Amino acid sequence: MEYFVIIIGSIFVSNIVLAQFLGICPFVGVSGKLSTSIGMGGAVLFVLTLATLVTWIIQYYVLNPFGLAFMQTIVFILVIAALVQMVEIILKKVSPSLYSALGVFLPLITTNCAVLGVAILTIQKDFNLLEGVVFAMSNAIGFTLAIVLFAGIREHLDLMEVPKGMRGVPIALLVAGILALAFMGFTGLV
Amino acid sequence: MNQIKNFTKGLIKENPVFVLLLGLCPTLGVTTSAINGLGMGLATTFVLVMSNLVVSLVRDFIPDKVRIPSFIVIIASFVTIVELVMQAYLPALFDSLGLFIPLIVVNCIVLGRAEAFASKNNPLSSIIDGLGMGFGFAFALTLLGGVRELLGSGAIFGLKLMQGDLMLVFILAPGAFIVLGYLIALINKLNKAT
Repeated sequence: MEYFVIIIGSIFVSNIVLAQFLGICPFVGVSGKLSTSIGMGGAVLFVLTLATLVTWIIQYYVLNPFGLAFMQTIVFILVIAALVQMVEIILKKVSPSLYSALGVFLPLITTNCAVLGVAILTIQKDFNLLEGVVFAMSNAIGFTLAIVLFAGIREHLDLMEVPKGMRGVPIALLVAGILALAFMGFTGLV
Repeated sequence: MNQIKNFTKGLIKENPVFVLLLGLCPTLGVTTSAINGLGMGLATTFVLVMSNLVVSLVRDFIPDKVRIPSFIVIIASFVTIVELVMQAYLPALFDSLGLFIPLIVVNCIVLGRAEAFASKNNPLSSIIDGLGMGFGFAFALTLLGGVRELLGSGAIFGLKLMQGDLMLVFILAPGAFIVLGYLIALINKLNKAT
């Protein structure tokens, strides 16, 4: 039951992009086409889950016992950056097909605040390891859902007559606003 | 003359939020009121100026290959300083900005300026560039926060200006996207006109 609440809560109710404003850069940047946004979603799912797992272990087995909790920000960002680099190298060797699908998105993920944000949130919410991983995965699914929905709308938007000044980013932000409004309907679900 | 240009370009012409579209996460996340926007803007300005200064001082000693990780360490150190100082002296602001303080680390503006400007220019220009960009960011956040606060709760900087039923939606998540969308459209229009 607890896990169910975490999953529904982080995919719909407090969607990471539309309610918590994390990962807006890739959300606006790479959501022009449906196929690229699915690729980005996959890469985020992979890295986010892995990063949360590793940072959780570091927080509870290294930082806390040695009283280094104030180093959290520095350590986490370095771990994430190293992790992304490592994943890139391993994927290249082990699964070239997956690498060519996710490859271009991986370097971008280091500066995706969703990854660092979820890693810190997991610690702040006092989740245990399994809850943390479930939380990370459902947030990544929420990210993918939002970015795929948004890309689908934007593909249609390209065919519309948009007033000149509103073309590009402004109209995209308005669409995101309406999407966020729709997601507000889930408030109170959990 | 050149220095003045370094300073003013961040304010309007290359405004990080409205024109370069960098650092949108904190822009949308914390601007529920003008004061939050200003606080976030100033915290980012501090990190931007200090990291620009340090990056510019050590730019000749850092090998090209480990450039980016070193910049991240420098930035993360200053973010930690801001985090601890704010927690100690401005606990209310710290609580309302919450998660977005540590997230200054991954704000693209900070790393972007370190890489694009500070790693190629002398310390003085780098400080000025950081100040200009930081103030541009703070200006954008304060403006966005002010508009949302005015429409959503009828106040600016906590000062009550309007009474009666207001549009609460502007303080909630959708309002952030909608107001920013219209502000960018407006700035585009103004930039074209000049």
